[in-house]
Amino acid sequence: MRVTVRLFARLRDLAGQGEFVRDVPPGATVAGVWRGLVDEFPAFAPYEPSLSCAVNAEYARFKTPVADGDEVAFLPPVSGG
Amino acid sequence: MKMRTAITETVLDATGLARLVDGAGHGAVVTFVGLVRDHSQGRRVTHLVYEAYEPLALKALDRIVGEATGEWPTVQLGIHHRTGRLEIGEASVAIVAASPHRAEAFAAARYAIERIKQIVPIWKHEYFEGGDTWIEGATADPDNADARARALRIACA
Repeated sequence: MRVTVRLFARLRDLAGQGEFVRDVPPGATVAGVWRGLVDEFPAFAPYEPSLSCAVNAEYARFKTPVADGDEVAFLPPVSGG
Repeated sequence: MKMRTAITETVLDATGLARLVDGAGHGAVVTFVGLVRDHSQGRRVTHLVYEAYEPLALKALDRIVGEATGEWPTVQLGIHHRTGRLEIGEASVAIVAASPHRAEAFAAARYAIERIKQIVPIWKHEYFEGGDTWIEGATADPDNADARARALRIACA
């Protein structure tokens, strides 16, 4: 199945793109999507302890399952205001 | 802009936002406007660029309004946050809180800005003399009860 990955701020800069599609195995979770990204972009690894994530623009957890067509977003620590 | 919560690339209008929460029963309206400052941690800042995950940022603003009105039911709250490039002195965020009495309005406005810094997916890219950097603050987790309690304590201090 395929998910749309969204990246923001420093993660987007590190990847050189903010939105792309990736194949993930059936039954994958957000954690599985993230592991694939770390393989692809090793510079992401240090971010794992401070990340938030979202599925279809709702806050989620790394253990949240993802489905075909979902939008999975990875969010570095926020700094609005 | 007619919405009480918004993420927008256009210049913020705190006065217009205050009109949206106006009511004849209100004895107070507190307006907080966050501005782009020309210095940060010893750096001379030239400008900022704000980026948002817009659909989730908007939901997070609505969540903050819901939390605040749960704490202070008489308060009417509006929050607009700017994105894109902002020059020194421009407004990045506008919060208005109206209520029959001033204490609730002050508390709700303070609570809102503390929660924005905790849970709204917006990022500040700081450009300064000699370089640029992403500012990274809080790991966003709306269900973190400690963070919410901290915002409440600050609001009620």
